[in-house]
Amino acid sequence: MIVADRKKIPEIRDMVQGHNRILVVGCGTCVTVCLAGGERETGIIGSALRMSLKLAGRENVAVHECTIERQCEDAFIDVLGQRVGEYDAILSLGCGAGVQALAERFPKTAVYPGLNTQFMGILESQGVWAEKCAGCGNCRLGQYFGICPITRCSKRQLSGPCGSSRNGKCEVSEQTDCAWQLIYDRAKSLGKVAMLESVAVPQDWSTSNDGGARKVVREDQCIAGMGPKA
Amino acid sequence: MTQQPVILAFCCHYCAYAAADMAGSMRLQYPSNVRVLRFPCTGKIEENHLLAAFEKGVDGVLVAGCLEGGCHFLEGNLRAKKRVQRVKQILGEIGIEPERLEMFNLSSAEGPRFAEIVKEMNARIAPLGVSPLRKSETHLENGIAEMALQAEKAIQGGNR
Repeated sequence: MIVADRKKIPEIRDMVQGHNRILVVGCGTCVTVCLAGGERETGIIGSALRMSLKLAGRENVAVHECTIERQCEDAFIDVLGQRVGEYDAILSLGCGAGVQALAERFPKTAVYPGLNTQFMGILESQGVWAEKCAGCGNCRLGQYFGICPITRCSKRQLSGPCGSSRNGKCEVSEQTDCAWQLIYDRAKSLGKVAMLESVAVPQDWSTSNDGGARKVVREDQCIAGMGPKA
Repeated sequence: MTQQPVILAFCCHYCAYAAADMAGSMRLQYPSNVRVLRFPCTGKIEENHLLAAFEKGVDGVLVAGCLEGGCHFLEGNLRAKKRVQRVKQILGEIGIEPERLEMFNLSSAEGPRFAEIVKEMNARIAPLGVSPLRKSETHLENGIAEMALQAEKAIQGGNR
């Protein structure tokens, strides 16, 4: 899932300065699961923002809340359609994709982010989320026994650990596991340590930060006459 | 409009609420500006319940749960403690004194402690004065009545 956390209230208050009717829009998908922008958090941020605005002498600003199932898909944004006309700004509690989807859909309404989108990751334990995937577009997890060195090694090393791996931890932080220790341990438990002896081919970054924003196009799924936007 | 601070007490049914009852039975004197809301457990109290209290203009909020280790639902009071901490952080961001909110732990047998807690919160709120978020006495009392209704629904297993 996409993991995010909330922005501080003063930052949000300053962003929406100059607006008199604000709709706080939560998202029922990833950010609900990571407890950052679901229905409950939308209520919390809406309430906090109202109080903050009142203390700043802007009691007359209307702040209302609603949560839609998914902000990153136009079909789910439909339910906001008529309502948005009543507001001059949207505070999106979706991830960066959600914020941009709302901005594209409502060209005449200001859209602001209420969250800081962090990464793609998993729930490690209750209340703790960990980054697992960099979305590089060229997955090599099979080669690394299910542990991604691009995301989880601080140096993105592809052919083994650096010299600063100590007792299974990374030099960056004692809280950070050395990805290469994890890869080695897993290879060992699978009886495939020998596979680590070969030098890895360089990563093909043309699928990642190359050529601007990426698209995945499935021609077989495109509706005739409504292919990918230019 | 009175300008006396109003304190809202979010009380667990199994301890603080019974302690408040005992304080009454014992004819203990404590400030009359406290309004008691009964919850099935402090673990049932959400962060937005606490924020709603402040938004309605309450001047101080106390959350009173069972002694640590003594929660009827094992760890509801420990969850409440963390939520109170988080709401304190949010209050600080908003610009409201975080000390207007506090968590206390007591048992159902501690009527005198309940009275003390109310006095303690009053002493704490007095120098801070009435909340800058208070609109009017009517708005505040209506808001509290609405919250009491919601809390009773929670007791009966209704909506949160």
